Amino acid sequence: MKLIPTRRRRRAVAIAVAALAAAAAAGCSSSGSSSTQPAAGTSSSAASASARASSGQKVTLTFWTWVPNMDKVVAIWNKTHPDIQVQVQTQAGGDQELTKLLTAAKAGNPPDLAQVEYQVLPTLVTNNYLANIAQYDGSLKSDFPAGNWNQVTLGTGNLYAVPQDAAPMALFYRADLFKKYGLTVPATWAQFAADATKLHSAAPGVYLGSFSAVDPGEFAGLTQQAGAQWWSASGSNWTVGIDDAASQKVASYWQGLVSSGGVDNQPQWTAAWNKGMNDGKYIAWVSDVWAPSDFPTTAPSGTGKWQMTELPQWTSGANLVGNWGGSSTGVMAGSKHQQASAQFAAWLNTDPTATAALVSDGGIYPADTAAEAALSAPPTYFSNQPNFWTLAKQYAAAAANVTWGPDVNVAYTEFQTAFGSAASGKGSFLSPLTAVQSTVVNDMKKSGFTVAAG
Amino acid sequence: MAPYAFVTPAVILYVLVLLIPIGYTIYLSLEKTEVSGLGLGAGARRQVFAGLSNYSSALADPAFDSSLLRVVIYSVILVPVMLGLALLFALLLDARRVRFQRFSRLSIFLPYAVPTVIATLLWGFLYLPTVSPFPEMLSKFGLSMPNLFTTHVALLSVANVGVWGGTGFNMIVMYTALRAVPSELYEAARIDGASQPQIALRVKIPMIAPALILTGVFSLITTLQVFNEPETLLPLTNTISQGWMPLMRIYNLAFDENNSYEAAALAVIIAVVMFAGSFFLLRASNKRVFQGR
Repeated sequence: MKLIPTRRRRRAVAIAVAALAAAAAAGCSSSGSSSTQPAAGTSSSAASASARASSGQKVTLTFWTWVPNMDKVVAIWNKTHPDIQVQVQTQAGGDQELTKLLTAAKAGNPPDLAQVEYQVLPTLVTNNYLANIAQYDGSLKSDFPAGNWNQVTLGTGNLYAVPQDAAPMALFYRADLFKKYGLTVPATWAQFAADATKLHSAAPGVYLGSFSAVDPGEFAGLTQQAGAQWWSASGSNWTVGIDDAASQKVASYWQGLVSSGGVDNQPQWTAAWNKGMNDGKYIAWVSDVWAPSDFPTTAPSGTGKWQMTELPQWTSGANLVGNWGGSSTGVMAGSKHQQASAQFAAWLNTDPTATAALVSDGGIYPADTAAEAALSAPPTYFSNQPNFWTLAKQYAAAAANVTWGPDVNVAYTEFQTAFGSAASGKGSFLSPLTAVQSTVVNDMKKSGFTVAAG
Repeated sequence: MAPYAFVTPAVILYVLVLLIPIGYTIYLSLEKTEVSGLGLGAGARRQVFAGLSNYSSALADPAFDSSLLRVVIYSVILVPVMLGLALLFALLLDARRVRFQRFSRLSIFLPYAVPTVIATLLWGFLYLPTVSPFPEMLSKFGLSMPNLFTTHVALLSVANVGVWGGTGFNMIVMYTALRAVPSELYEAARIDGASQPQIALRVKIPMIAPALILTGVFSLITTLQVFNEPETLLPLTNTISQGWMPLMRIYNLAFDENNSYEAAALAVIIAVVMFAGSFFLLRASNKRVFQGR
């Protein structure tokens, strides 16, 4: 008789251990709530700020951004605006900030202001996380290029953010090493491929850059140049054209370069990549006019050796470039101080002192067309190119028009998965492109959008 | 009343930190958002009841299926290697004549004290040829370093970090169990003419079977939940993708793709599988190990 209770107890132990396992598994699913902890702290400070504001005292706004030295720019504002103090909370980068922003906004305690990349504006707007600030900042329209303004209004009468920087793509190359290997600075993609082949036979361990599957924005920019429209909207229908002929052309082109060995297949922004950029393993980088803010940390010993030139063209003599990133300053719908926030967003991106500081400290190319005065001196890293900002201005004028869809995050995630294995296995780049297209179409259909494949 | 009063704090905690979150997760897994028109403007996106559609699309998701397969292979590689090493070390330390016993025990245990993320970064930098010291060392012998991040090898590279970090802890658990075995048994075995390896095999291992089961189950559970190591290595290589392991897929769905509903469904599926798995594993092993005791 003694056996039965013992056995029962053991079964109870078994259940308890199993429950522990399940709890541990469930713990991971609820980790989302714990990851919003820092944001919860933000909200309490915002709440106390609102209490102060209502009693006629000063307001503190929180601002999420990843522009380097933004605190210096904000210090200028804080000095002249004692009643509206802005507190910068530095973020790691665009993707990481979006992840946090979506979570914080869903949990109901977002920051007051956030730096938002153009391509994720529709995602935030369709989730109703961004405030419409047309009544405060709508008059700024004439300060910005039509292409940028269109991206922050999404073609509607509303205004969801103030454009901060324009981000036309450009090609960077090591002038000294191009000379050493006898390469011509490519004006077309055909020349770029010829350079890659020549370089590969001359120095097999040296590359004309690396195809990075972790940077879907870069690839998207390259397809824009070839004429791709990944998303377009008409009436109440979305059209998805990720797998269109232009994108396929770009994918095949880079697949060829990777498999022939002229271009490496390692992700960007890693320690290994930084080292390669610094010590001459990578002698070209398809990048963007915001690159000056990356170069000093990526390739500190390359000062005066790297040069910027126009992104190679598909047809000789053409004049069109894509966009990679670029961001705006948005006011979150959850902010209790939308007017003050909108006032700061306008100052940050149109005031001459602010844009000058953004250029000199943040190393970005302001979208504000009146900011030219700030752009006379080239970035320190590119002191060998006195006309650096003049070139940037030309590229910005040549940037392709873009419409972003409501689930760019889904597309980018799938891109990283599909192109990641294709790049490391040096396989076809066409099937990953199809995979991204079908994932995006399925995701949009599942959410209830009316979608047509382009 | 007194018994209820005593049990109340535990029940409240249990409900607050376990039942309510689980309930909320299940609720979320049955919801979804629905968009009207272009999805722009306030009120264009609503949360609606989804039935079991999150579950069906989660199960039909090829990325999730391949991550499941990957984590199973990963466990099959990691758990036996880690526990085998832990058992070997525990038996060696428990053998009668061992020098530097305390020192060895501590140094085998030490990697467990290194936070996973830091350990993974250290290993990651050792794996990458451009920043690793190995290629230079190997080139002295005319060898070159293999690529440790190819599609198949990457799994081993990640498992290696797990083995390195996990062996010490399991070794300590087994070693403690070995110390609890009464020494009369060894004496009896020696009188019967058993050699040291025979004592280890026939006496020690059967005696610490409960500890082996325990470490086995816990290792399996932690292994199936692998997240930190691949998530830390993610930016270092194109091979490891965002949904590489099941929990990474959940994280990715919830926070990158902003679809906490399907993520919740995935979490529920994994929790149920793990619950059932650990329950049956423990039941089966209880029958064998504790039979007649």
